Amino acid sequence: MDSTPEQMYQKRAQRIDDAVRLEVPDRVPFFLFSGYLPCRYVGMPLQEAHYDSDKYFAACKKLTVDLAPDIYFNAGSPVKTAGAALDALDMKQIRWPGHGIPPDSPFQFNEAEYVKADELDALLDDISDYTVRSYLPRVYGALESLSLIPPLSWLLMGYITTGLVSAVTIPGVLDALEALIAAGREAANWATKEAKLDQELAELGFPVLAGSGTFAPLDFVGVIRGSQGMMLDMYRQPDKLIALTEKLLPMTINTALALAEMSGNPRVFMAINRGGDGLMSLDHFETFYWPGFKKVVLALVDAELTPVIHFQGNWDTRLEYFTEFPRGKTIGLFDRTDLFKAKAILGDTMCLCGNMPLTLLRTGSADEIRDYARKLIEVVGKDGGFIMSSNTVLDDADPARVKLWIDTTREYDVYR
Amino acid sequence: MTHKLVDAIAGMCESEALQIAADMLEAGEDPEEILALCRDAMSIVGDLFEKKEYFLPELVLAGKMLSQIAELVKPMVRSESSAEDGKAGTVVIGTVQGDIHDLGKNMVIFMLEVNGFKVHDLGVDVPVQSFVEAIDEVNPDVLGLSGFLTVSFDALKKTVEGIKRAGIRDQVKIMIGGGMVDEHIRAYAAADAYGSDAMAAVSLVKKWIGKD
Repeated sequence: MDSTPEQMYQKRAQRIDDAVRLEVPDRVPFFLFSGYLPCRYVGMPLQEAHYDSDKYFAACKKLTVDLAPDIYFNAGSPVKTAGAALDALDMKQIRWPGHGIPPDSPFQFNEAEYVKADELDALLDDISDYTVRSYLPRVYGALESLSLIPPLSWLLMGYITTGLVSAVTIPGVLDALEALIAAGREAANWATKEAKLDQELAELGFPVLAGSGTFAPLDFVGVIRGSQGMMLDMYRQPDKLIALTEKLLPMTINTALALAEMSGNPRVFMAINRGGDGLMSLDHFETFYWPGFKKVVLALVDAELTPVIHFQGNWDTRLEYFTEFPRGKTIGLFDRTDLFKAKAILGDTMCLCGNMPLTLLRTGSADEIRDYARKLIEVVGKDGGFIMSSNTVLDDADPARVKLWIDTTREYDVYR
Repeated sequence: MTHKLVDAIAGMCESEALQIAADMLEAGEDPEEILALCRDAMSIVGDLFEKKEYFLPELVLAGKMLSQIAELVKPMVRSESSAEDGKAGTVVIGTVQGDIHDLGKNMVIFMLEVNGFKVHDLGVDVPVQSFVEAIDEVNPDVLGLSGFLTVSFDALKKTVEGIKRAGIRDQVKIMIGGGMVDEHIRAYAAADAYGSDAMAAVSLVKKWIGKD
């Protein structure tokens, strides 16, 4: 125990880097995929995480320091931004604790067609104008009046069209701008505190998982068209659906590159879900999902970034596709996919992670937890390229069981 | 040989299916017969889903075709529900309190309906009391509880407890499903069984009602 926090940080980061390169680290690295677990850990209702940032970040810090994982999950993952910012904007796309769902339920996406089926041409034609005047008014109640302003591109005529700024006097537009200012201040305050948390934890020796995030293009479509709208597009307007995924592709890549540069953290978190087993045929996967997803991953790797891909649900029948990823450049964080099968197929391609069932960490016996952890280490951890983690965020895990699992991972280490 | 309306629906040819249905009505064919053909088609879609040839998008599109054709023939049918509906048994279903996910639940409903069961859908974020009331009112054979989120483990447990407290636990078999639900959570919630997909739900209901 003579290592300084700085040395501990290097050791932990090295462990992760070794695993990503499919090498054998000094011991099995542990990723704490925490979600709302900090709240459960200190006994605060989830609603407070969204409205009392000091209390929430203190809980995140306490959990990380107490459990001492090799890498911790971003506090901004469950709580994207301040609840006060969402309130100011009257955010419609999610429900968050105490806002449309009980105060102790995690935030949830409100499935809807935020982009209508007959609006794809408008979106493809001018994505910025569509975003400002059609999408924002639908997603944020406080920005409804933005549908009344003229296209911003009309201001390109400079002095000739300067008079168009009078649009701010259209009833409701000033209110919308004021809501944006209020929300912007709250969001900035939140982001500053999150950056401070990461800084403090780094100084204590703990690296954070990611510095940026992005989507597979078809998942992005699913967010704006709704899952059902997206599925109907596969049959009703497949060409436009493909055009839309291609239109969104540069954005999914460029935002990740920009944020990665700002944060200085090479890992990019991607939660992917709509292309999994059962959700579409292999034909549809090949036509609509895989091309865009692959391009995003390859572009990130080309930029020397490390995609951390959370394969939500089950992807058993898709695993062979991912052998096309470059060797030792990605982390596959698996949910219900058979990780033992993934080891056989992808063991030489990607660093494997995840799969420890949350249900065990909630209700399992000590023996069940130890046995599963040991099996993961023995089989998936064989010859390296493995990071221990859970199949999903630990929102409702039992902290005592999580502790037992971490201890097991440390004690039972095949690399010793 | 199957009817061309059945082929069009089961083959995911939406505009063709709607055209055939409209033409049949125009030609004075029995609207009940058109609905019967739709049911045949849905049963084929269900079979293909079971064989993993069809997936969620096909169920969604088939559902859309069915509702559009039903809308078309509605003014001409005598009663809303057909004699076929619900002959196999009744299921009350809903996503438990605090959870607003419904994709999985809707797949289960689709598969139960194509298998001839009557389904009462209570929607999402359903309070315990609403399940209790629905059991009283509908007297279902089976109650299906869906929970995608991990927070729903507790809601599943509370719902089963609430039903027990209301003294009606013995009236229904309770199956749970969604997201991470497994045998651990089945035991935790004290449900009768869990299912990992829509076909499992159909098998459970068939087994309990004795149709298997």
